[in-house]
Amino acid sequence: MRDNTGIRLLKDRVFKSIIIIFSFAVIIPLGLILFGIVKNGISAINWDLFTKLPTPPGEAGGGILNSIVGSLILILIAVLLSVPFGIMLGIFLSENKGRFADVLGILVNTLQGVPSIVIGIVAYLWVVKPLGGFSALSGGIALGIMMLPIVIKSTEETLKLIPFSLKEAALGLGASYVRTMFKVVLPAGFSGILSGILLGIARIAGETAPLLFTAFGNPYLNLNIFKPVDSLPLVIFNYSMSPYDDWHRIAWGASFVLVVMVLVLNIIARLRIWRNMS
Amino acid sequence: MEKYVLKVIDLSAGYSGNWVVKNVSMDVPHNKAIAIMGPSGCGKSTFIRCINRMHEVVPGASVKGKILLEGEDIFEMHPVKLRRRVGMVFQRPNPFPTMNIYDNVLAGYILNGIKLKKEEKDRIVEQSLKNAFLWDEVKASLYKKGTFLSGGQQQRLCIARSLAMNPNILLLDEPTSALDPKAQAMIEELITELKKTVTIILVTHNRAQAARVSDYTAFMFLGEIIEFDDTAKMFTAPKDKRTEEYLTGKFG
Ligand SMILES: Nc1ncnc2c1ncn2[C@@H]1O[C@H](COP(=O)(O)OP(=O)(O)OP(=O)(O)O)[C@@H](O)[C@H]1O
Ligand SMILES: [Mg+2]
Repeated sequence: MRDNTGIRLLKDRVFKSIIIIFSFAVIIPLGLILFGIVKNGISAINWDLFTKLPTPPGEAGGGILNSIVGSLILILIAVLLSVPFGIMLGIFLSENKGRFADVLGILVNTLQGVPSIVIGIVAYLWVVKPLGGFSALSGGIALGIMMLPIVIKSTEETLKLIPFSLKEAALGLGASYVRTMFKVVLPAGFSGILSGILLGIARIAGETAPLLFTAFGNPYLNLNIFKPVDSLPLVIFNYSMSPYDDWHRIAWGASFVLVVMVLVLNIIARLRIWRNMS
Repeated sequence: MEKYVLKVIDLSAGYSGNWVVKNVSMDVPHNKAIAIMGPSGCGKSTFIRCINRMHEVVPGASVKGKILLEGEDIFEMHPVKLRRRVGMVFQRPNPFPTMNIYDNVLAGYILNGIKLKKEEKDRIVEQSLKNAFLWDEVKASLYKKGTFLSGGQQQRLCIARSLAMNPNILLLDEPTSALDPKAQAMIEELITELKKTVTIILVTHNRAQAARVSDYTAFMFLGEIIEFDDTAKMFTAPKDKRTEEYLTGKFG
């Protein structure tokens, strides 16, 4: 019998090296993007950026307070809409089998795959047109629809992992089905669901396309949800297309703020998921 | 007072049209421990889960026949009310992971939205934990999560949780099969003490355990109760050949 352990070990090593090389090949462009944003963005970061409104073109200084506040309003509306509905649907999907649940599951998956610009158009037709104008509300609804499948999926997956014995324990103590779900099963899955919500926020925070004809953009500070608002991705889009150097600088600064925000949200969510698993 | 705390009359139960408990009848006297034995898959769990109507929770489950709890038909009662009178402890300890020990004991009240005064809560927690032989071990850490306890302690916590509701009957489905011998001995001692005040129905595969703790034993086989008798009698002079074969370890 021939001993080919040596060859197998060699194959093993070659294969491992290939994996490592490919991993680096993927990390390099990601690193370059992050480096570019940090390099260009960090010089634009100052107190004014967060506290001042935009200045007219040509005038130095100014900030993106309107966009930051607008983004927060849009995210808040999206969360308020997607979280309750998403959790309800997630519970339903985790609890039910059968044709209706299957169809619903396919719909959710489809919704996840719908391009964001299409969701923007839908929000335009359903909300902007009937209300007669661009608004934070319509933008929040568009982002909420984008976030919905993420919340549904994470709730469903999390609740499916909750041991049945827990539900049994609650029902066996005479708790009603509704109380069992809301006081035992849902709290047991709280961490996983929260992670899903954070990842959902990270996902929608950078969406530009659906906001172009819903939230629209607004150079002034606006807190009225029935009026247009600005957002971080919108200011990046608009300013980077402008011919002014000052505006380019602010676009980089906004990019930096956005990326840091998404990064932090992702890290918090991942930490929660890891902590849950151990 | 009714002579029997529980009367099972011609009960059948099954899943998706397939009957796995067949025409079972049984009269259970007050404050005794009943052991239910039989080979794996003979329908023991299905049977005792009918008694607190947890069987119905399974999709496709069916049941026919009658069960009277102190003369009342349980299938006419609200399952939620019934389950407060018929407590259940499962094979694997399942304390609520989001609750501390104190709240775990009170879970039956909390989950049912029953408000209690602080003194009343303290009294129920202390009494239930004492009754479950757990008080001394946890009295210093009542506000810690129940999931930090050992398996045997968790199982006693689950017993305390059931006792807190003041049940007439406590159903135990192989409560010691996931525990080490020492924890097992503790639970057995506990059952012997508890049966002074509650009726215990215990499913077990452990013949010695049945002999040690129960007053009556039922032998189930393929969904039927073959024999139901005084434990001492059954273990020394079984009437049915199948019972004898099972008890002498020929199968199961
Ligand atoms: N949820 C279910 N759906 C369909 N069939 C089931 C279900 N649970 C149990 N059964 C079937 O019913 C029969 C009786 O099961 P049961 O769990 O009552 O047996 P058991 O006596 O408790 O067994 P064990 O000693 O292994 O716990 C078995 O044939 C089992 O396959
Ligand atoms: Mg069983």
